[in-house]
Parts: sequence; C-alpha cells; structure tokens
Amino acid sequence: MADLDLAYLVSALPLLWDGMEVTLLLTLFGVVGGLALGAVLAVLRLSRAKPLALLAAGYVTFFRSIPILLGIFWFYFLVPLWLGRPVGGFYAALIGFVLFEAAYFCEIIRAGIQSVRRDQILAGLASGLTYRQTMRMVVLPQALRNMLPVLLTQSINLFKGTSLVYVVGVRDFLTAADIIGTRDNQIIEMYCFVAVVYFLLCCAASLLAGRLQRRYAI
Amino acid sequence: MRYHWNWAVLVTEPYVYWMLSGLAWTVLVSLAGWSIAFSLGSIVGIARTVKQPIVRALAGAYVEIFRNVPLLVQLFLWYFVLPELLPKAAGTWLKRELPYAEFWTAVVGLGTYTACRVAEQVRAGIHAIAGGQVNAGLATGLTTWQVYRHILLPVAYRIIVPALTSEFLNIFKNSSLALTIGLLEVTSRSRQISEYTYQPIEMFTEATAIYCVITLIVTAGMRVVERRSRLPGMITIEAR
Repeated sequence: MADLDLAYLVSALPLLWDGMEVTLLLTLFGVVGGLALGAVLAVLRLSRAKPLALLAAGYVTFFRSIPILLGIFWFYFLVPLWLGRPVGGFYAALIGFVLFEAAYFCEIIRAGIQSVRRDQILAGLASGLTYRQTMRMVVLPQALRNMLPVLLTQSINLFKGTSLVYVVGVRDFLTAADIIGTRDNQIIEMYCFVAVVYFLLCCAASLLAGRLQRRYAI
Repeated sequence: MRYHWNWAVLVTEPYVYWMLSGLAWTVLVSLAGWSIAFSLGSIVGIARTVKQPIVRALAGAYVEIFRNVPLLVQLFLWYFVLPELLPKAAGTWLKRELPYAEFWTAVVGLGTYTACRVAEQVRAGIHAIAGGQVNAGLATGLTTWQVYRHILLPVAYRIIVPALTSEFLNIFKNSSLALTIGLLEVTSRSRQISEYTYQPIEMFTEATAIYCVITLIVTAGMRVVERRSRLPGMITIEAR
C-alpha cells in the first residue's frame, strides 16, 4: 500500500464531489418522495375504511420484507420496459428508494400520530373544534415533534443506503471513488477516504438531529 | 416493448439448483452473521451500561463507527482493504487461500455491522428496567455481575425480543449486499439467471417470493416466542 498522497486526493476531489452531488440528490428526492407517499400511506393505515387500511398495511409489510437491493434490480429492469427506452440507473434507483422509504416513513408517521394521547383529541373536540381542526391544530403539531428524531435518523439511513446504487453503476460518491481508485490504482486509499467522509457526515448529522430533538422535544 | 413470458424457467435445470444454492447461501450467511451480531452485540450493549467510563467509551465508539459508515462500504473495507493492511503473510492467506472468502467476509461484515444495532437494543432493554431493581439486588448482597446475570439480563432480553426479531430480518435482507463481493446468494442468483435466460420478471418474482416467505415464517415463529416471553406489566421495545 502506497502512502496516502494528499496531493493525489486533492486532484481527485472534483470527481468525488460530482459523486457526492448524486448521493445528496438521491437522498433529497428519496426523503421528499418517501415522506409524501409515506404520509398518504399513514393516513390510509389509520383511516376507518378497512379495505384502505389493509391495503396500506399490506404495502408496508411487503416492502419491508424484501431487500432494497432487489427492488433496485426490479426497477432497473422494469422502468425501461414500461417506457420502452433505457433511462439509466438513477431513476430506477430513485423509484426504488421512494417506494421502499415510503413504507418506513409510513410506520414512523403512524407511530408519531398514535403517540399523541387520546385525551388530547377528546379535549380538542370537547372545546368545540371540528375533527379536522383538532387534527391540524392539536394532534399533528405534537405528532411532528414526536416523530422528528426518528425521521431524521431514517433520512441519515437513506443517505448511507444510497450507496447501493453502486450495483447499477450510478456514479454516486462510492461508485465515483471506486472508478477513480481503480483507474489510478489507489483503491485502498479511496475506500478508506469514502468511509471517513461518510463517518464524519453521518456523525455531524446525528449530532444535529440530537440537538433538534432536545430543542423540540415535548 | 414486448415481453416473452416463460415461467417454466423457474423449474428448469440447472437454474432451479442455482437458485436453491443461492437460498442456502442466504440462509447460511444470515444465521452465521446473526450469531456474531447477537453475541458481540450483547457484549457491546452490556459494556455501554457498566460503571467504568473507559469501557463505556470504547463500546460507544464501536457503535458510532459501525453505525455511521454504510454497510456496503464496510463490506468493501473487509474484503479489499483489510488484506492490504495486515502483515503480508496474513493478507495473502486471506486473499488467496481462505476457502469461501466471500462467505466469511460477508459473515464478519454483516455480523459486526448488525452487532452495533443489537448493542443499542440491549442497552435500551437494560435501561428500561427501573434503577430500583439494581439497588435492591446490590443491597441484598449480589455482586454487580450477579445483578446483571440474575436481574437485568433476563428481563432486558425479554423486553427486546420484538426488536431483535426485526434486527434478524435486517441482517437477512442485508445479506443481499454480499453479491457485491461475489457471494452467489438469492438476489445475485436471480440476476445471474435472468441474464442467462432473459427472464428477469420471473426470476425477480421468485427472489421476491423467497424473501417474503422467509420473512413471514420468521415473523410467525417469533410471534409465538414473543407471546411466551412477554413479561406481564412490562413494556416491550419494538423495532425501529
């Protein structure tokens, strides 16, 4: 193993940053899409219409019981078949992340809503608020504050999880480092660098999440 | 685009045997990885609750390191980087002579990663027990070890059964990542066969079904265990 060459690392930074942009984009879109779909699923799961609740529960169970890697392969193959033209791994992986994360976010949101004590709803209704108003002004603000730490943890998990796009050749941070490392015969240094960067970013994000939690905890 | 369906590919030789061997690897890696995750995770989790600050800090560092690096990167570190960092003879042995190197790497990688998650559950389980029980145990003359052995651990493990179930399911699903280092487990086999036969829908459906069925079996089995191990009047710690 050659000594870690700082100048070399600096020369590789622009390409690595391109990869990091892809990783961050995947994380951002995955969280936003997963939250949106997950919120819809959570509402369905808590609704009084039994078939809808069952459907949402089935969705969650199904997506939680298969590896996301298999999901990425599914969409990597299926999306071009639907569209009739190849779209590349990025969109396939993104669809996979949104659909899978939605199942996890659904459970987090549901637990958050259920964490609000029932008396709160009764009190809201008793004070003359409509059901909608009770939900919007009493339940959801508390639920959001309760679920915030877990939502953040899950987002950090997705940030780490986007590295799986390696298998379909999307140039995220890890894949970019892999390509550069293979090209320049510096694969050991590159993998170590990737590990350190992920570690620092996730630690920082966890610290931030902890602070937010302390600030907004009820 | 037209798709040519052929479900018979699932039972065609040699593909049916390929898939079966993939299933065997997936199950083997999951079980072997879990034995590391459970034992190491228990040690680290307990170490996070002891009085000695150095032990606690070391265990905390373990959890932070393994939790904050993506599992895929950890697998690469074990498989590609570790042999280079070891003394030459050991590195060469790992790379050239160790039989089933992908398997052992996957077991160690998945095991040590899942251990940090198990550790967090064990710690949470121990912390969920009221401090008065520890004091009561110590007051009756038990040593710290005896308090753990007879009071804390039996209760803690029963509290965290549901969480451990989902950690096992996690390691089972995560075993698919071993395909990146060349282990021919279920996901890898399904992709391989679909490339040979151009029948990806059938193959991915089969792989999906395998994962679903095993998850269902494990969940159903653990539900029985959960019911029997539940402590009356105690909370249980659900998975996150």
